Amino acid sequence: MSSGGEATAPRGKPGGWLTLRRRNALLPLALVVPGLLWLVIFYAIPIVSQLWISLQTGNPDDGFAQSWNWAVYPDSISEYSEQLLRSLQYAGTATVACFIIGFPLAYFMAFKAGRWRNLFLLLVVLPFFTSLIVRTVAWQTILTDDSWIVGALKTVGLIPPDGRLLATSFAVIAGITYNFLPFMVLPLYASLERMDRTLVEAATDLYASRWTAFRKITLPLAGPGIFAGVLLTFIPAIGDYINAQLLGTSQQYMIGNVIQSQYLVVREYPTAAALSFIMMVVVLAIIAAAARLIGTKRLSEAAVA
Amino acid sequence: MSETDVALRGLTKRFGDMVAVDNIDLDIPRGGFFALLGPSGCGKTTTLRMIGGFEEPTAGTIELAGKEITQQPPHKRDVNTVFQSYALFPHMTVAENVAFGLERKRVDKAERKQRVAEALDLVELGPLASRRPAQMSGGQQQRVALARALVNRPRALLLDEPLGALDLRLRKQLQLELSQIQRDVGITFIHVTHDQEEAMTMADTIAVMRDGRIDQLGTATELYEHPRTAFVANFLGNSNLVDAEVISSSGRYAEVDADGGARLKVPANAVAAAQSPQIRIGVRPEKMTLEAGNGQQLDGDSNALLGRIVDAAYIGLATQYVVHTEGGADLQIFVQNSSSRTSGLDEGDRVVARWDPEHTFVVEREEQHAG
Ligand SMILES: Nc1ncnc2c1ncn2[C@@H]1O[C@H](COP(=O)(O)OP(=O)(O)O)[C@@H](O)[C@H]1O
Ligand SMILES: [Mg+2]
Repeated sequence: MSSGGEATAPRGKPGGWLTLRRRNALLPLALVVPGLLWLVIFYAIPIVSQLWISLQTGNPDDGFAQSWNWAVYPDSISEYSEQLLRSLQYAGTATVACFIIGFPLAYFMAFKAGRWRNLFLLLVVLPFFTSLIVRTVAWQTILTDDSWIVGALKTVGLIPPDGRLLATSFAVIAGITYNFLPFMVLPLYASLERMDRTLVEAATDLYASRWTAFRKITLPLAGPGIFAGVLLTFIPAIGDYINAQLLGTSQQYMIGNVIQSQYLVVREYPTAAALSFIMMVVVLAIIAAAARLIGTKRLSEAAVA
Repeated sequence: MSETDVALRGLTKRFGDMVAVDNIDLDIPRGGFFALLGPSGCGKTTTLRMIGGFEEPTAGTIELAGKEITQQPPHKRDVNTVFQSYALFPHMTVAENVAFGLERKRVDKAERKQRVAEALDLVELGPLASRRPAQMSGGQQQRVALARALVNRPRALLLDEPLGALDLRLRKQLQLELSQIQRDVGITFIHVTHDQEEAMTMADTIAVMRDGRIDQLGTATELYEHPRTAFVANFLGNSNLVDAEVISSSGRYAEVDADGGARLKVPANAVAAAQSPQIRIGVRPEKMTLEAGNGQQLDGDSNALLGRIVDAAYIGLATQYVVHTEGGADLQIFVQNSSSRTSGLDEGDRVVARWDPEHTFVVEREEQHAG
């Protein structure tokens, strides 16, 4: 190849199959293709096929056939409304709990931990080194009826003598909170950590008390992190079924447990597909509402600054 | 101008073993433009941060308008700061940034709006009120920071190298604007800088800081014409310094022995302050003249040292000579190129360096400071 082959290509040199200009125009497209393929194969096709399956009728033994049974949607909503609402409630409560625990933790790590910062980060992600199931089973032992924690709480009278922790909604919500806490802490930490602390000094210089400075400066600038943390916690939490299964009873079952049993146990595929689809729509609606509420424009502006 | 606005008494700040600010006493006059000048790391920012309330002094007190404020938190102090990084709130518009302090002070909405508009007009940013800081140039952000502080009409305004991040041309322009604004508003400005030219251009009074202490306090002219330490003599411009010993002092001038035997005259009042006869005397390079000669004409009223030109550099406005004296000192001498008298001089020539005894200053003899 002679030097400057690229530069001479636009003159229509016979070897090059594309002119430089056209090659430049196609380059971004070429970069996008792998990602696009990924999305089509693992995202678009499953969604369409899910929709397709959800509208079928039949039974596991004789097989399912397409019958455009739209009634499956209102039917599954009314049949499993309890689990749907419970999922929203548990995931919402756990997300709030994660925020209440996670924000001070992230704040501490970002501003006060000094050289211990990396150690704390490691501690936050450490539970991820074991599997979700193992972690949740560990909670089972912590909350079980004859555990010392339950005993201690009974002694101080925080739970009645015949009360229990395991198999309650408290246990399930606590498990979800524990399991998804890092998803809240990490984005919060990232947004706080890169905040310029001089801004808080500037606010107090301009007659803001420390609390006002927190409210007017730190909190809004942590906005993108709060938004990301809430979504990253809420979305996996709403679809979770491990915590309800291991720490609760059927009284605490969430929509994830229903979908799981419809798919794997009852093999009622259309209902399972419809419920998955409903859940996806609900999550998307919540994201849209949240983005609207906080204002994506302000978020992106705060993010670039 | 004689009223004191900010008074520092024995102010000290230690970080661990490091003494950042060392027992400073300072009276900053009301309504003036005061500069704290010194090399990087000498403790200027720390001093300013203690006045602003962001750093707690290890010892000493701070008074503002006669009242002690040492223990007050920043938001209770009637001072505002222009931060070196500007510290503009990125999620607020320019107008919201400027209104922030007034909102905290519960100034009512109509007055707030008017004062914000006035402050933005003062820094000529009125049309950009609805922009965000990220959409503005460095110079504009600097002005927003200034307006955001000034709008509160504080008792004193603290500026930490406010022009440090700007390029030279913009810096020169803003230096002039800043002094103009200070004269207009009449608020005490306490301006921190490591740039001696900036301090001399803007400030009424300059405190030269070194190693956490105030070396000398005075007007730009006083500091330049009568530096009292070798550090000040060299930090503000160039100086020729030679060791000298006082021989006699009678009348207007004292006579000193310098540079291995030369007899020089020094203003008597300058010598009077010295602790011992062993002193150092100095003269600015531009105060000296050069003439060809070998010492036949060494008399008269001027001070003179004999030597040989070892270097001559033409730098346009002036020619910069280095003259190696008989006593072994190297003198820097600037000769303006307006006169043609010295144009014949060149390297190797024997010369007489002359200056008016009035232009001789005396600094304390001390170990030359490292760095
Ligand atoms: N928070 C701090 N912790 C430890 N040392 C500090 C701190 N702030 C300043 N210093 C030290 O104090 C000295 C003075 O710093 P500073 O006031 O920033 O100097 P200047 O503003 O004159 O450059 C420097 O040696 C600096 O390293
Ligand atoms: Mg500094």
